[in-house]
Amino acid sequence: MDKGWMSTAGSCVGCITLPVAAMNQLMPMHLHLSACGRITALGPTLAKIAAQAKIGAGGALTGQDFFQLFDVRRPAGVTAMADLSARQGERLHLGLRGGDVAFRGLAMADVSGGIVLNLSFGIGVAEAVRAHALTNADFAATDLTVELLYLAEVKRTVLGELQRLNQRLQGAKIQAEEQALTDTLTGLRNRRALDLRLAQAVAGAAPFALLRLDLDRFKAVNDTLGHAAGDHILRMVAQILLAETRSGDLVARVGGDEFVILLPDLIRMPRLIAVANRIVAAIARPVEFEGHICQIGASVGLTVSTLYAPLTGDAMLQDADTALYAAKRDGRGRVMAFPDLVQER
Amino acid sequence: MQGLFNRALENFLRQRHGPALWHRVVHRADLPFDSFEPLLRYDPALTDALISAACAELCQTRETMLEDMGTALVSHHDRDGLRRLLRFGGICFRDFLHSLEELPERARMALPDLHLPEMLLEDRAGGHFTLRAKPPFPGAGFVLIGLLRAMADDYGVLVLLDMAAPVGGFDVISILVLDESHAEGRRFDLAIGVP
Repeated sequence: MDKGWMSTAGSCVGCITLPVAAMNQLMPMHLHLSACGRITALGPTLAKIAAQAKIGAGGALTGQDFFQLFDVRRPAGVTAMADLSARQGERLHLGLRGGDVAFRGLAMADVSGGIVLNLSFGIGVAEAVRAHALTNADFAATDLTVELLYLAEVKRTVLGELQRLNQRLQGAKIQAEEQALTDTLTGLRNRRALDLRLAQAVAGAAPFALLRLDLDRFKAVNDTLGHAAGDHILRMVAQILLAETRSGDLVARVGGDEFVILLPDLIRMPRLIAVANRIVAAIARPVEFEGHICQIGASVGLTVSTLYAPLTGDAMLQDADTALYAAKRDGRGRVMAFPDLVQER
Repeated sequence: MQGLFNRALENFLRQRHGPALWHRVVHRADLPFDSFEPLLRYDPALTDALISAACAELCQTRETMLEDMGTALVSHHDRDGLRRLLRFGGICFRDFLHSLEELPERARMALPDLHLPEMLLEDRAGGHFTLRAKPPFPGAGFVLIGLLRAMADDYGVLVLLDMAAPVGGFDVISILVLDESHAEGRRFDLAIGVP
């Protein structure tokens, strides 16, 4: 005990004497221990917890031995009043024996050789408050425990809202992808974009050509050199297709190695054949990928809208497909036009 | 704050008056979407358009509609969140009234960019209080009146609430506490909302 608290005459200098009721308001979770370790007084919140936990004789702690009821868990070795006295000012971790509530404590000696031990809940405060049905009134007006609970609840509310927002954004992203018009690998248009544009072209007055292109030996490259090589080739092909067509043409990748090109206002067969042959020749040039030379080819089938009455997109796609398979059957690397189905040069 | 308010109004209209009414409001207010995200920001002009459209569809005055909404914010039993957060403010209704001044601060603890209007409480003795609040949009004070009415019920307190004449851009709400133990009030468990 700090001797400085006592004057030579034994009277108290610089001491504050408080009525019990005031102590209860200031520190509703304090304990007062006599010099021999008996509990002589305790704050109302602590009394409530003990009563609910049915600790002590029917919950009354007064008059009982502190160390029989409480277990000081840290620091180790605090089992008697002298130990407690030696640990003044340190943070103590303790609990009620037979109860699962944990406390933090701070012990200070009083002028009569006893100890005032003030307790609070540690990190498990929310659980303790819930378990003992504590209310705002069980905490000192200066205590921030209620604010802590408020913050925990606010955090949970806001996080829940954020999670819901994320889910909705995720849903919106999937929907946006479904509605996208671009093939993410090559940057070309996709099947959906082709369908939309083809429907517009069919409904419009201007004639147009439809060109289907399939890569030859692409699967072999993919299988032997891997997907990275395959992806590289698909991007190269995309560049060739864009370079060999006009800006108003639609170039779409509609399957793994299948492409469709819609060319508005271009139905003169010699020109179409020339464009298609340029594309086939460009794709047939060997390309290097990570030290390997890859050589693929392309076959093309084409048709023009002026052949149809009535005009439907499906019929054109079907016929371009027929021409394409005729080209493939005929030995690949060639261009065929519907309905002649002979190699066009 | 716009997102939060707009979504609250959306929830109120959907639940109290049905999804069909909400879609008519969306159409009338010419919204480019049909639902608000509480955590996103929106043009403040949207809020006003939304309120006007709702009042027109419901054939109600702005005052009535907004006060109803304020009450529903707290008294709707399915959504206990706001009521609980407000109840943290005080042990009794008077305590709660005093906590309103620190509400914007509390709101910022929750969401740093949530700016609630500044509120000033004057205790005029005899159970008479005056609350001044800067409305973020015309009629916002009526939402506050509805909310205070529901909170008084929650505490079991009998109050008289009135909108007085605005002063210097502030809405002025007169609060007369008539009976502090008028009814039982609703239970409030401090830590029930924390896992």
